[in-house]
Amino acid sequence: MNQATDHSLLDPPQLPFEPLLQRNAVVTEQPWVRWLLTAAALVFLGFFLLLPLVGVFTEALRHGLGVYWQALTDSDALDAVRLTLLVAAIAVPLNLVFGVAAAWAIAKFEFRGKTLLTTLIDLPFSVSPVVAGLIYVLLFGAQGWFGPWLIAHDLQIIFAVPGIVLATVFVTFPFIARELIPLMQEQGNDDEMAALSLGANGWQCFRYVTLPNIKWGLLYGVLLCNARAMGEFGAVSVVSGHIRGETNTMPLHVEILYNEYNFAAAFAVASLLAGLALVTLVLKSILEARHGGELSTSRRH
Amino acid sequence: MDIQIRNIHKQFAGFPALDDVSLAVGSGELIALLGPSGSGKTTLLRIIAGLEFPDRGQILFGGEDMSRRAVRERNIGFVFQHYALFKHMTVLDNIAFGLTVRRRALRPAPAAIRAKALELLELVQLGGLEQRYPHQLSGGQKQRVALARALAIDPRVLLLDEPFGALDAKVRKDLRRWLRELHQQTGYTTVFVTHDQEEALELADRVVIMNRGRIEQVGTVDDVYETPRTPFVFDFLGDSNVLDAEVRGRELRLPGAGEALVTDSIHPAGPVDLYVRPGDLRLAEPGRAGIDVRVTEVQRTGPIVRASADLVANGSVVSIELPHLHHDAPAFRVGAQLRLRMMQFSVYPAARGSQTGPTQTPAREREPGQRGRG
Repeated sequence: MNQATDHSLLDPPQLPFEPLLQRNAVVTEQPWVRWLLTAAALVFLGFFLLLPLVGVFTEALRHGLGVYWQALTDSDALDAVRLTLLVAAIAVPLNLVFGVAAAWAIAKFEFRGKTLLTTLIDLPFSVSPVVAGLIYVLLFGAQGWFGPWLIAHDLQIIFAVPGIVLATVFVTFPFIARELIPLMQEQGNDDEMAALSLGANGWQCFRYVTLPNIKWGLLYGVLLCNARAMGEFGAVSVVSGHIRGETNTMPLHVEILYNEYNFAAAFAVASLLAGLALVTLVLKSILEARHGGELSTSRRH
Repeated sequence: MDIQIRNIHKQFAGFPALDDVSLAVGSGELIALLGPSGSGKTTLLRIIAGLEFPDRGQILFGGEDMSRRAVRERNIGFVFQHYALFKHMTVLDNIAFGLTVRRRALRPAPAAIRAKALELLELVQLGGLEQRYPHQLSGGQKQRVALARALAIDPRVLLLDEPFGALDAKVRKDLRRWLRELHQQTGYTTVFVTHDQEEALELADRVVIMNRGRIEQVGTVDDVYETPRTPFVFDFLGDSNVLDAEVRGRELRLPGAGEALVTDSIHPAGPVDLYVRPGDLRLAEPGRAGIDVRVTEVQRTGPIVRASADLVANGSVVSIELPHLHHDAPAFRVGAQLRLRMMQFSVYPAARGSQTGPTQTPAREREPGQRGRG
């Protein structure tokens, strides 16, 4: 019998990447225009971004490594670093859970009030951090709504670590959810439904199917969330009380030192924050380069 | 495992997606749900799977009520149009997934899972590709893996949602033939959704034709093609000409045309719609039996000659498809006045502009004198 060729076994696998587009002469400008635009962009970038960054490190090291090291190992500075790490260590995991839950709910289910929820997630982006801080003072401060009850039970939130954590959680809430929602919407429900139809339970479905699908996007969101959690100034400043060694985070510590005209120390601590920013940037670029396809297509941050 | 679908109702935002749908699928049957988009066919499939729940009605597998069971408790194999392979897992892990996630008490040993997955990979003719990732496979290969993955849990029923919809025509044809063979080998009760009538007719034991959330007709390929129960079915399964006709006494006539088409019509007197396929029309020289027409267009496309003609009596336009051998017989060309003969046609109560009215008496009538000629 004449066996026909089975074309479904022959059709070529799709390439995992698109071939590079050739530069199209039609949409390319004159060389001098290209040079001018590039130069303008570079000058701007250099002046507003590169110069301050270089400035931070130059100022920090102006009086030599010894002074720099001393400023960093000062006990107040170390307390500030420790507090900042503690706050980030609490706020980031919380937002990881909230963010994944919110993104899951919004991307995979239809329910009443979904648009409202999506808008609410963006609220911390649109509200001034100072207002965010004031909200917590209004709620938990001595004169606030829950103030008397808190005082009666000897609980302190404002001008203490819990207040700083709350303010940080509020300000950094959107980073992970915002990163995951478009990604999960784009991926749709088919993979999850396939897993369920094969007998997986909810947890197995999340653990083996959803999580691997979003892991790079999640890491990206965590990175940005962490950078913001460690660098947040406004909201934290309102609720912190600036008690040295107790409620002073790194950004607040920089301000205090600066106001005391202790520029070398201020810039030394600032250089740590700048370093964090650089590390975040490098990791973010690596993620985008390696796993760009598995991040959400819309880049807003 | 047979499937009973009883009086299923489903609404989406006030719009009835399924309206009192009942269907029985026999054990080992291969059934196609065929219809245009929005006809409710995918909703019905997802309700069988447990991916949607009906507002009312029942689903039974082998007599066991499944209506309130979640998808993971139904033990069904579901194949998605866009494969839904787990892209971070190898082909082998994809196929093994359904067994790996079982409760410890029901889970086979790792070696047994691997053996089963490899066996299924052979079954879908992809032996040797177990370490590949989905992005290293072609569309056809992905769909085979998806099918193997669905079969791994030894499902009670196999459900496929437009399984070949995302593939090119050539691959689709091969996979169709292969699925048919696979079904003969494995004997799973299979329901698949398609909007491609050729696919449905080629693959399925029986075809369920759906429109606007209702089943229009269920039957074998021959049934639905030869005796379409409603104008929708007639129209959906191929090209059609619709002509006004009239029943007078027991005679079926075209207005203005001389002789009666049928002399023992089962329809009550009054206007009717006559549906006839272009391929069931023939042209004959004047003087032979038939209806007077004037040819307005002749176009040869490969083995088929397509023509248009006006009915002399009332100006209605009909399209005609003739096998090319037929082309030489009568001297027909644009402007020629010839006789039109209908090899077979269907008659339905006149729609009168509205398409919602239920059609009564499924009727398929033939002119005995004109069958088999031409």
